[in-house]
Amino acid sequence: MKNLKKTLLGLLLGVFLLSCQKHDTDPAIRFAKPTHFPEPVYDFSLNPVTNDGFKLGRKLFFDGILSRDGSVSCGSCHVPTSAFTQHGHDLSHGIDDKLTLRNSLPIMNLAWKREFFWDGGVFDLDLFALAPIEAHNEMDEKISNVLQKLRNHPEYPRLFQKAFGTSEITLSNFLKALSQFQLMAISANSRYDKYKRGEISLSDQELAGLQIFQEKCASCHKGELFTDMSYRNNGLAVRRFRLNGVDTIDIGRERITLNPTDASKFHVPSLRNVEITRPYMHDGRFRTLQQVLDHYDSGVQDSPTLDPLLKQNNRLGIPLSQDEKDKLIAFLRTLTDEDFIRNPLLQEP
Amino acid sequence: MNRFFSKLAFLALVIGFVACKKKHDHDPAPNSNMKGSIEFEFEHFVGTQAFSFGTSYTNPATGESFTPSMLRYFISNIELKTSAGVSYVVPQEQSYFLIDHEKPETLKFVINDVPEGDYNEVSFIIGVDSLRNTKPISERTGNLDIAGVAQGMYWSWNSGYIFVKFEGTSPQSTATDGKFRYHIGGFGGYSSPAINCIRKKTINFGMDKAKVRNGKTPTLHFAVDLLKFFNGTTQLKIANNDTVMFNPFAVNIANNYVEMFSLDHIHNAY
Repeated sequence: MKNLKKTLLGLLLGVFLLSCQKHDTDPAIRFAKPTHFPEPVYDFSLNPVTNDGFKLGRKLFFDGILSRDGSVSCGSCHVPTSAFTQHGHDLSHGIDDKLTLRNSLPIMNLAWKREFFWDGGVFDLDLFALAPIEAHNEMDEKISNVLQKLRNHPEYPRLFQKAFGTSEITLSNFLKALSQFQLMAISANSRYDKYKRGEISLSDQELAGLQIFQEKCASCHKGELFTDMSYRNNGLAVRRFRLNGVDTIDIGRERITLNPTDASKFHVPSLRNVEITRPYMHDGRFRTLQQVLDHYDSGVQDSPTLDPLLKQNNRLGIPLSQDEKDKLIAFLRTLTDEDFIRNPLLQEP
Repeated sequence: MNRFFSKLAFLALVIGFVACKKKHDHDPAPNSNMKGSIEFEFEHFVGTQAFSFGTSYTNPATGESFTPSMLRYFISNIELKTSAGVSYVVPQEQSYFLIDHEKPETLKFVINDVPEGDYNEVSFIIGVDSLRNTKPISERTGNLDIAGVAQGMYWSWNSGYIFVKFEGTSPQSTATDGKFRYHIGGFGGYSSPAINCIRKKTINFGMDKAKVRNGKTPTLHFAVDLLKFFNGTTQLKIANNDTVMFNPFAVNIANNYVEMFSLDHIHNAY
């Protein structure tokens, strides 16, 4: 009997030590700025990334509990292996297979973004998730209901306790957990990045593409983030379409500023992982990079808000030969970050 | 029986005391080191008629009729001024209120820790100031909690609070469901300028005073006339604009709704 007790005690101690050890050896999940990136704009002092906060955010990100009927999670339209976009749809689909206004943007390098969505309507990552949750054609759920479902859930109160030191589930902590997960979706390890760090070399074709890119594309797709974060009209023909029974055109940034000079202007997207974030443009109208480059070469439509960079020397668009397009595409493919899309930390647990 | 009578006698005595006290008590001079409270009360009207959901009203200016079903608005950033010109700004954290006609308890609120004084002017914002519209999520609690009191009073796709929501039905509406929907907000834009529907209302009480004394809480009783929502500097016709949300026309409605508010009377505790 005594022995048994000893054994039990030993076992308990062992379990305790093991669990401690497991905790200690868990690699710390912390935000770290890639050396060649600018300073992030997200205020980490208000929401430092922790292992428990990140894991809670990841669980929430992939959980349909955020939607009215449990059928749609953030991960439904933001699939990690597609750089957190949705393939196969021009306009993303939400609950009850309803169409949304636009093609979902990738979730990557959000710590450097000041504004979100194609029109920049949201100006704080911590306020972002409210929009897809409450949109009738996305998750169609009241945020107060989401919090109530989480409070009644067998696991979430404990996970909030671990992450934030309180099992009380507040909107603030809910949104901060989601931000922590998304902030760690950092793409900075493509072949291009490795080339920049002097670790590998690129082929002549790719380097020629980089040269053309810097001459003809980098004024908008600027710097290491491959965007200048501005809103521009890139000359897409305005399309009328029916959105859930209503005749619609997408006015872009004007929807937020109500300023007619912002008509048809959209966020300049990053080109990181562009090869795997098809289809392209705010409405997903182009399926291939070739089509995108053909648009810039010969498809640009004039309008009062067309970006001046696309109307130089009395010519619409950016002249590109097929050889130049091939080289550009070769270069753009070097922006695919295999480590990012396969990062086990970012997959559905 | 005896006990009943003694209780009655006691009650009479108490009433007598209270009544006496009131008679002899005359409004002491305010002591600015002492604090008191002030109550705000909002009563909704359509012209001179009481406002209620499900009642059909006719706007004499347009001949249009409307039957309200929702009325909510934010009152914030309250400031009081004494006749001597001394102002008291209510600490901002405690200065956001959502008036919701559906919830009678929200039609009144009390501000505590107000320095004693004879106040004869009040100002407040209809809506939520632009700075608070851009604050971190952790500073949006209480009446500004988007998942709590302020559920439904926030545009998630275009970050910002909805300041005023007024809905109902009208035979003049051209919407398929016969509704009119006015959701007015817009704090001026974040990185680019956009509409600003924040309106500050200042009401001077003239010779009237709200006497704030420790233990004596006056009430400012405001009349809010919804007819002025339609009939202001811009004539709002339901037939022409049954739905106004984030739209340049909203600014006209904001110019109208600031005129809805007037002081009806003050209850002083003296």
